[in-house]
Amino acid sequence: MGGILVFAEQRDGEFRRVAFEAVSEARRLKERIGGPVAALLIGHNVGGLTETLGRYGAEKLYVADHEFLARYSGEAYRNIFLDAIERMKPSMIVVGSTAMGRDLVPRIAAKLGVPAAMEVTEIIVEDGVVRVKRPIQMGKIIATYRLRSEPYIIVIRPNTFPVEELEEPVSPAVEVIDASKHIEGVRDRVVDFVAAEKKMMDLTEAPVIVSGGRGLGGPEPFKMLWELAELLGGTVGASRAAVDAGWISHDHQVGLTGKIVSPNLYIAVGISGQIQHKVGCINSKVIVAINKDPEAPIFEFADYGIVGDLFEVVPRLIEEIKKLKQSKS
Amino acid sequence: MKIVVCVKHVPDTTATLEIAPNQKTIETEDLEWVMNPYDEYAVEEAVRLKERFGGEVTVLSLGDEEAENIVLTALAMGADRGIILQPEEPITDPYLIAKVLAGKLSEMEFDIVLFGKRSIDYNNHQVGTMVAELLGIPSVSSVNKLEILDGKVRARREIEGGAAEIVEVEMPVVITAEKDLNQPRYVSFRGLALARRKPIEYEDVEVEGEEGLEIEKLEYPPEKKPGRIVGEGPEAVPLLVKLLREEAKVI
Ligand SMILES: Cc1cc2nc3c(=O)[nH]c(=O)nc-3n(C[C@H](O)[C@H](O)[C@H](O)COP(=O)(O)OP(=O)(O)OC[C@H]3O[C@@H](n4cnc5c(N)ncnc54)[C@H](O)[C@@H]3O)c2cc1C
Ligand SMILES: Nc1ncnc2c1ncn2[C@@H]1O[C@H](COP(=O)(O)O)[C@@H](O)[C@H]1O
Repeated sequence: MGGILVFAEQRDGEFRRVAFEAVSEARRLKERIGGPVAALLIGHNVGGLTETLGRYGAEKLYVADHEFLARYSGEAYRNIFLDAIERMKPSMIVVGSTAMGRDLVPRIAAKLGVPAAMEVTEIIVEDGVVRVKRPIQMGKIIATYRLRSEPYIIVIRPNTFPVEELEEPVSPAVEVIDASKHIEGVRDRVVDFVAAEKKMMDLTEAPVIVSGGRGLGGPEPFKMLWELAELLGGTVGASRAAVDAGWISHDHQVGLTGKIVSPNLYIAVGISGQIQHKVGCINSKVIVAINKDPEAPIFEFADYGIVGDLFEVVPRLIEEIKKLKQSKS
Repeated sequence: MKIVVCVKHVPDTTATLEIAPNQKTIETEDLEWVMNPYDEYAVEEAVRLKERFGGEVTVLSLGDEEAENIVLTALAMGADRGIILQPEEPITDPYLIAKVLAGKLSEMEFDIVLFGKRSIDYNNHQVGTMVAELLGIPSVSSVNKLEILDGKVRARREIEGGAAEIVEVEMPVVITAEKDLNQPRYVSFRGLALARRKPIEYEDVEVEGEEGLEIEKLEYPPEKKPGRIVGEGPEAVPLLVKLLREEAKVI
C-alpha cells in the first residue's frame, strides 16, 4: 500500500525519455510519499526492457505483454493500468504528457473518480501534502494546486524533470499482469498505423529546435533549417503561419494550438513571435531570433537576436557550426 | 445523426490577465471571452456531419452568462439548439465538470459527442475522455481526421514523431478535436443575429463532490528579460556562435 506508480511508456521497444524523467522524479519523492517506486510496462515483447527501468530506481515492475498490446488501445491499456493500481494501491501515479499519456490518464482518473493534474512542471510534497505547479491560461499564469483526492494523478511535462541514473541500478521485481482478460471486449482498435515519413525526434523531447515561420516564404527554405537542426542534433519546428500555408505538417507546429516545447536551444527563423507562438517556446532554455524586422515582438523575449535577412544569416550559421564541429573533432 | 458538441468559453488569447487580490482567481471584468479554439473545430465537425448525414446538432456548455455568446456562435455556425448548464458556483475541477456533463448527456440521445482536446484556460486536457468513461462509451482523443464508414467511426490521431494511428470504433462515441480536423467557418454578424432565433435552454445544476484539484495560489511567471541583439546580418553570426558556446553553453 502506498508508493508511486509510474507509467513507463514505450513504443516498438523504445522508451519515451519522459518515462525516465517520471521514474527519476518518483525516486526523489519516494521518501516523502512512503512506499516503493513501481513502474507499469505495457506492450509486446517488452521483456528485454525491464532492467532499464532499474537504472532510474524502479524497484517493482508490473508488466503486461501481449501481441494485441503492440499498438496502443485506450481501453486495453486502461484495463491493465487499473489492474496494476488495484494490486499496488499507490498514493501517487506519475505519467508523461504524451499523446498516449494524455489519452490514457483521463480514462483511469474517471474510473477512480479523481481529476488529473496535467502538464505539471513541479511536484512539491511537504508534510504529506501534495502540491503541483502548472502553467495555465496559456502560460500567462503559474498555478499552485493542492491535490486533495488520492491517488494523486500527475502528468508531467517532458523535458522538465531531470533524469538521474543510479550509481548502482536496482533489479526490479517483476509481477506479470495477464493481459488476455483485459483485451476482451475492447472496443477501440488501431486498424492502421501511419509511420512517419522521416523518423523524427519529437519536438517535446528535442534538445534543439530550429523553427521557421512565414518569413521563409515557402516550403523550400525549410531544407536549410533541417540542415541546421541536424548539425545541432535537433529537429525542426514551425509557426502556425507556416503550417497553415502547407509548407510543413502540423506535428511541427509550436504554440498554443501546436506543441509546448522546452529545448535547450530554440532558434526562431522568420517568426514574429506573437503571443500564441510565444507560449509554445517560452520555456526553452535559450531562445535565438533571426528576423529582419528589429521591431518584431520575438526580440522582446529572445535571449539573443540577429536582425537580418534569414537567407543570408542561416547559411552563414550553418557554415560557422560546421567549422566549430571540425575544430572540435 | 444526433450530435452533441460541448463548448467552453475562455479568455481571448491575446488578453492580458490580471490575478485577483485573493490570488486564486483572475479578474474577469472587462475580459473578452471567446470559444475555446479547439471547440471551434469540434463545432465545425459537428455541423459538417449534420450536413452530410442529416440530423441535429445540440451545443452543450457548463458555465455562467458568458457561455451564451459562444453558444450563439456555435448556433451561427450551424448548430440547431443550445443547452447551458448553470452551476451555483464556477467549477474548475475537470472531474466534476465531466460528471455534470456526463449526467446531462445520459438523459440525451446521441450518436457522437464532440469535444475540444483541451481548453486553453486551465489546460486540463481530460474532460472529453472522462465523459466517455463515465458514460461507458468508447472515445478517441486528439483527432485530426474523422470519417464515417458503414456506420463506424474511423478517426485519425497523431502521435509523436510524425506518426499517426487510425482507430475504428462503433457509435455512440466521444471524439475530441485536434487542430486541423477542419477549417472552422467564419461567422458573420448576420449569422449571429439569425442564431438568436434558435432555442437555448438554461438549466441550473447542482455539483456534487469536493474539488480534488484546488487552486491555492496564482502567480505570474518570472518575467523574461529581453536579451541582446547580437548584431545585424550574417556578420553577426560568429559572435552569436561564440555566445551560444561560451556564455549560454548550449552548443
Ligand atoms: C486561437 C489561435 C491559436 C493560434 N495558435 C498558434 C500556434 O500554435 N502557433 C503559432 O505559431 N501561431 C499560432 N497562432 C497564430 C499567431 O497569432 C500568428 O499569426 C503566427 O504565429 C504568425 O506566424 P509567423 O510569425 O510565422 O508569421 P508573421 O507574424 O507573418 O511573421 C513573419 C516574420 O518573418 C519576418 N521575416 C520575413 N521575411 C524575412 C526574412 N527574409 N528574413 C528574416 N525575417 C523575415 C518578418 O519580419 C516577420 O516578423 C494562433 C492564433 C490564434 C488566434
Ligand atoms: N464547462 C464546460 N462546458 C462544456 N464543455 C466543456 C467544459 N469544460 C470543458 N469542456 C469540454 O472539454 C474539452 C476539454 O477540456 P479540458 O479537459 O478542460 O481541457 C473542451 O475543449 C470542451 O469541449
